[in-house]
Amino acid sequence: MRRRLAFAVDTSVCTGCKACQTACKDRHGLPVGVLWRRVYEVAGGGWTREGEAWRHDVFSYSLSISCNHCDEPVCLAVCPSSSYVTRPDGLVVHDPDRCLGCGNCAWACPYGAPQFDAARGVTSKCDFCAAEIDAGGTPACVAACPLRALEWGDLSELAVRFASPDVHPLPDPGLTTPALRLTPHRDAARAVPARARVANREEIGE
Amino acid sequence: MPGAGFLDNVKNLWRGHRAPASRPEGDGQRIRVGCPAHNCGGRCLLVAHLKDGRIVRLDTDDRPDELAAPQLRACVRGRAYLRRQYHPDRLLRPQKRIGPRGAAQFAEISWDEAWQLLAGELRRVREVHGNGAIFVPYGTGAYNQVGGPATARRLLHLFGGCLGHHNSYSWAATNVATPTVYGTRVTGNQRQDWLNARYILMWGWNPAEMRDGTNSDFFLKLARQRGARTVCIDPRHTLTAQSLADEWVPVRPGTDAALMAAMAHIIVTDGLHDAEFVRTHCVGFDASQMPPGLSGEESWVDYLLGRRDGVPKTPDWAEPITGVPRDVIARLAREYATTKPAVLYQGYGMQRRAYGEQVVRAGCALAAITGNVGVPGGWASGLGLQAPDGGPLWTVFPTGENPIKASIPVFLWSEAVLRGRELSAADGLEGAERLTADVRLIWAVATNCLVNQHANVNRSAAILRDERRVEFLVVQDQFLTPTARFADLVLPACTQWETWGVQDGWKYGDEVILLPKLVEPPGESMSDYAIVRGVARRLGLEEAYSEGRDERAWVEWCLARWRETRFPDLPTLDELLASNAGVWARPATRPAVAFEDFRRDPEAFPLDTPSGKIEIFSAALHDLRRPDEVPAVPKYIQEWESPFGPESASFPLQLVGHHSLRRVHSTHDNNDWLAEAFPQRLLVNPLDASARAIADGDLVRIYNERGEVVVRCRLTARIMPGVVDLAQGAWWTPDASGRDRGGSVNVLTSERWTPLARGSAQHTAMVQVAKAFR
Repeated sequence: MRRRLAFAVDTSVCTGCKACQTACKDRHGLPVGVLWRRVYEVAGGGWTREGEAWRHDVFSYSLSISCNHCDEPVCLAVCPSSSYVTRPDGLVVHDPDRCLGCGNCAWACPYGAPQFDAARGVTSKCDFCAAEIDAGGTPACVAACPLRALEWGDLSELAVRFASPDVHPLPDPGLTTPALRLTPHRDAARAVPARARVANREEIGE
Repeated sequence: MPGAGFLDNVKNLWRGHRAPASRPEGDGQRIRVGCPAHNCGGRCLLVAHLKDGRIVRLDTDDRPDELAAPQLRACVRGRAYLRRQYHPDRLLRPQKRIGPRGAAQFAEISWDEAWQLLAGELRRVREVHGNGAIFVPYGTGAYNQVGGPATARRLLHLFGGCLGHHNSYSWAATNVATPTVYGTRVTGNQRQDWLNARYILMWGWNPAEMRDGTNSDFFLKLARQRGARTVCIDPRHTLTAQSLADEWVPVRPGTDAALMAAMAHIIVTDGLHDAEFVRTHCVGFDASQMPPGLSGEESWVDYLLGRRDGVPKTPDWAEPITGVPRDVIARLAREYATTKPAVLYQGYGMQRRAYGEQVVRAGCALAAITGNVGVPGGWASGLGLQAPDGGPLWTVFPTGENPIKASIPVFLWSEAVLRGRELSAADGLEGAERLTADVRLIWAVATNCLVNQHANVNRSAAILRDERRVEFLVVQDQFLTPTARFADLVLPACTQWETWGVQDGWKYGDEVILLPKLVEPPGESMSDYAIVRGVARRLGLEEAYSEGRDERAWVEWCLARWRETRFPDLPTLDELLASNAGVWARPATRPAVAFEDFRRDPEAFPLDTPSGKIEIFSAALHDLRRPDEVPAVPKYIQEWESPFGPESASFPLQLVGHHSLRRVHSTHDNNDWLAEAFPQRLLVNPLDASARAIADGDLVRIYNERGEVVVRCRLTARIMPGVVDLAQGAWWTPDASGRDRGGSVNVLTSERWTPLARGSAQHTAMVQVAKAFR
């Protein structure tokens, strides 16, 4: 069976420290406003006064998400200039020289992975550090994680240890079949009933 | 009790990553190098990729990742370092002041003129006021051996001396209070031992953000994987509370000692304390074990049960003070007392408060009465320097002996300027009965403490503006910081990657980390050492100052010193460079446990306290005769600014300023990648916001009698109601009306100090918040 490359994140211990996001920016020389890897803070719960005490059901967890190199990449599907190609190992790579900067892909991707770079007038996104891994290296984000919570490898192998393809509020994996596996934070189970929301949108550039 | 502290029991817990560093770009070089230390609490390793004389990329530690000596992976601040290194605002040439002090009007001058000016002022002040009028303040902006304030102190000690200082901004109260209980500050086990704990109370402790030792967060992850239950007690739902805790218990700031007293009350009245350990190893627990001649004094049990003051310190009593429900308090107490071994780790934020000494002593007492002292998987609480010898905080760069013996508590520098010769032992002065001079010349190296990081910025600014007091202020830095704006002379220092340096592993981890010179300094900037050496030349002291050594030779000297005194296997500089290892580490294969000998045989291995035992009651503190502020047993004392005092009518919200990943203190405030990742926001609970008609993202005014800050807010349930949080370290940026637009928390903090240590109480502050319209 062919190797299918994927990222995996143990969101039960991810602190949201953004070392991955920043190592990625350093590796790829990304300007402010372009985040190939983004860290979402998902938060919910609230407070109740009980006499002179406070009770709470506050929770949060962090989701470090880059491009998920989907099996059915909508970026590729909507690109008018064929800037995207899928490699045999599943990586979806983007050629900035072909890019028109139309933004269709950024609009279509449910993960917000393609990022418009206003200074260069083109869109760009995570390439899985393809140059690194082709030379025997490791993606910058994975090598950066202080908690050792971020991994990469073959999707079927990662799926053994990382149980879930889906944590709230990520899009339905049926949409694009992402190469992403996760260990849910314990509080992810109550995120939907608690109407948890992304609490740091300004940090994602939204 | 699981295990015996041997790591063999806990190996192979996680798949050790072997992340080979990526290939260099083109024909570049790859050099392993220490992340420039600015006193963040971590000491990490980076791999710098060099090309055409420039650092083009940073990877982090790529050595094998072993539990006994794990990779030193850098945090977001290290990964964003190139944005600081190549920042367009770097200072490139010496400048002298041409406008009023603090107006930041400067003219560039030559190094020759700059050195001449500083040497001349040093001579003049020595002549007119004496050496005691010269002061080098606390500064941690260049926290490696061959840089920072130590370089200036070495010269001044040769020049006849300067006013000294002692203690620290970070941990003054615990530095003084911990030895009152244990006779030492070395109360911490090596961190791998956390994997032997079954219960970990992370009390006001946030290693996921401030680090407190590279890998502390990672060790906690492993401890939880091994089955430890973890609870985070903090007014803010920190990144630690989110990702490393099974439970978050929010507590009203400044009331931790009340929570501890109520827990102790439950433990004692339930009979859950380790009565045998208390009998054999402690004094002052109850009336049966009071020190000689003090049998009638109030023991800790007397206090807990309210035998003297009529107030039993029950959970019912603590609930309205702490905001923690009584059932939660009781459950925490029982969990901590019965799930052994247990760690009660005290962060330092809660001791930078009005009565910071009390919370330290109370935490130590809880550890002691539950018998968690001197056992694998336990923790004695207190300052927690690493067993067996205090860990790697080992400054070896020789500053020589200071002929001036007088030393002030570091937090009282502004008092030394204002009251100078009036300062006495009653103010914490050491080494002299009184000061012989007021402070007249300040030589600030790698520090932003004079303005931005000291309490009450507007007060500090007013003190420095008065040229009749401080007659000359010289600042060495890489940027025109809020402190540098007040300088009479600004000297451009290079970064730690533009000279040679070496650093230890800070508080935890036996490491020696090399910082080889990677690139040339920009403009005319140069190392702290080279700057001071230039002054030495003008003072005729160059030979004595340098002993013929440049920065690289001093690194060799430091390595040799460490080799002689601590790490006999430490390689030479040439060997370290040849291997490009970047770091030398002594693995913790059998984690040391503090107080192991004392635990086994308290008679043969007594503590260095007056009684030789753990002093829950301190006769020495009793003899100070200041029971209201420095009681002999740990007590909760209402703070001088609190939600319970009259000040809360005007300023009803408690303000805290946490250490965030956005900065290292004030270093990196101008780093755009970090600003993007962690924008400076006032954290406000939605309940407090709705009472003030404040919406998420609004510009808000935060104010009290000391000043006003205007920043955007973020509404989040992750901060306790009644508390607002403004991450410390943002650069003071006053507008024309004096309101700070940068978000510097110290505009709002108080210069009042803790009663015993005379340390910072900067987290004790009340404020009001309102919507701002511009």
